[in-house]
Amino acid sequence: MTRLTAWFSEGRSTGKHTLPFVVILLSVTILASAANLFLPADSAFYVSTYTITLLGKYLCYAMLALAVDIIWGYCGILSLGHGAFFALGGYAMGMYLMRQIGDRGVYGNPLLPDFMVFLDWKELPWFWLGMDQFWFAMLMAVLVPGLLAFVFGWLAFRSRVTGVYLSIMTQALTYALLLAFFRNEMGFGGNNGLTDFKEILGFSLQADSTRVALFLITAILLAVIFVVSQKILSSRLGKVVLAIRDSESRSRFIGYRTDRYKVWLFVYSAVIAGIAGALYVPQVGIINPGEFSPINSIEMVIWVAVGGRGTLIGAVIGALLVNYAKTRFTAIMPDAWLFALGAMFVLVTLYLPKGLMGLYGQLKAKRNSVMNKESQA
Amino acid sequence: MSTLPSKTLDSTREFFRRDQVWPFLAPEQATVNVDNQVILYVEGLNLSFDGFKALNNLNLYVNDGELRCLIGANGAGKTTLMDVITGKTQCDSGTVFFGQNHNLLNKDEAEIAQLGIGRKFQKPTVFEEQTVFDNLELSLKTDKRVLPTLFSRLTPTQIDRIDEVLKTIGLAKHRFMLAGALSHGQKQWLEIGMLLVAEPRLLLIDEPVAGMTAQETERTAELLTSLAGERTVIVVEHDMEFVRSIARTVTVLHQGSVLAEGTMNQIQSNKDVIEVYLGEEAAAGEHA
Repeated sequence: MTRLTAWFSEGRSTGKHTLPFVVILLSVTILASAANLFLPADSAFYVSTYTITLLGKYLCYAMLALAVDIIWGYCGILSLGHGAFFALGGYAMGMYLMRQIGDRGVYGNPLLPDFMVFLDWKELPWFWLGMDQFWFAMLMAVLVPGLLAFVFGWLAFRSRVTGVYLSIMTQALTYALLLAFFRNEMGFGGNNGLTDFKEILGFSLQADSTRVALFLITAILLAVIFVVSQKILSSRLGKVVLAIRDSESRSRFIGYRTDRYKVWLFVYSAVIAGIAGALYVPQVGIINPGEFSPINSIEMVIWVAVGGRGTLIGAVIGALLVNYAKTRFTAIMPDAWLFALGAMFVLVTLYLPKGLMGLYGQLKAKRNSVMNKESQA
Repeated sequence: MSTLPSKTLDSTREFFRRDQVWPFLAPEQATVNVDNQVILYVEGLNLSFDGFKALNNLNLYVNDGELRCLIGANGAGKTTLMDVITGKTQCDSGTVFFGQNHNLLNKDEAEIAQLGIGRKFQKPTVFEEQTVFDNLELSLKTDKRVLPTLFSRLTPTQIDRIDEVLKTIGLAKHRFMLAGALSHGQKQWLEIGMLLVAEPRLLLIDEPVAGMTAQETERTAELLTSLAGERTVIVVEHDMEFVRSIARTVTVLHQGSVLAEGTMNQIQSNKDVIEVYLGEEAAAGEHA
């Protein structure tokens, strides 16, 4: 423990964006929450509960983008299946919320969720046991994605599968899970997924205060994960991770077991994705197999590419901007959104290989050089 | 108890002797046993790629503290030999021992590196997105498992060590520069520095002076000769002038096996060598 605190208090830089990011994130969250709870609905500064939930959803996406960036931007592992870990975390939370419904379901069965009654099941499948306990469900939300990532990563990285082959395998992983969760026999509600949630830890999910609390918790967890990730990536382990990205074989010849580093980073990233999923479900009120669809996972990669991979702040900004654009765009021209997304990806790849954060760096360098010239003249 | 056949009892006692140490329980010795003065044993090494014999019954012994030069035409098997020693390539048959106690053939790259075998590649490979200092920090001789790396901190001794190496390789002014921004020669030096800071027992150096100016070459030669004695160095080089300036013992490889071994003078007067390798150069030298 002392080692841990020493590590945190040590003078290694946490990145110059960390403090401003945490301050801005938390102050915006608190202001928005206060505006929702304490202002009258007709006030000019009132923030609607719909907006609060929307912002909470964006923050979950930002957390997910962080997970993708850690593995892709820093370690060069392009995972096109991170939606799988997100959805598994979401399902764990969904199962807990399902069991909280109790006998208030349509069929009024005190033990079985509605879809099981509908399928004429008599008892709860074994993997639903214990999910009525919040702590157990949350443990599963972290453990299941982590374990899947460990097994997958251990097999893939040990046999030195890299590059596009690995990306295809992650894509196949999430697609396989998509197909599996579609099946009614799996016991996860099939096509419809899990929905119609009533309350979490005894608080009604429809209440404004619960919505605000979920939003605040998401923001705080995002800040914590941001700081911890920044710490990890600025330690020597972070340097090894960059070294693996830039020249894996060289890192091996220096004496690093690169496969182990990759497995642990992959697990860490999957756990973050799982947490994001668990926070996402109570805010949007549904989890279904659609979350496993490969296109979702590809979208996540685009968020990171737009924001700037290899910078944590870039991933967060990318996720927020692209999702805000999606919300606005799908309201005006729902059909054109995917084209817009594709166009955005092409433009970013061609003109902003380092994303918006890279653009910021370029502009700053330009201004500096102009200023230098002026000062010389 | 007395009904137990005494023979069984004896054999059990024999089997579970108190001083018995099972091989799989014995800790792997971290030290390299060089009692016989030899640090690297390569015996009967064979390797073929699609029928082409890259290594053909190759035998090579390198003494502890020696500076050895490997020369040979393209395709003679120099780089392949280094690949086998460092675990990059699996050989078909043969043995490679580091000291008397480490079989290198059943170890992977990382394990071999941790034993104290450092390698410099033909093409300089440094971590271009990181600073010169970080490159050296990564190469330090430390515990390289995941968790210790996460919680590691640079000790003052390690910082001094890095500073010392920075001075040796002449990059002290560039410590916070990105390695990718260095010139070709500087990258070569940085890579040599990465080897030095890891304090290896055995250094395998592939074409250290390619792309260096005459002055830089001279400094490299000085550095390598100063290393020998304390460490064992094996250098692969095409630049004969350079080899002449550093080598005490030269091994000539030809078509995957050792053609000749000896001092530079012996090698130059060796008939076989003149025929297959130095032939053209010697002939050219006579004409000049």
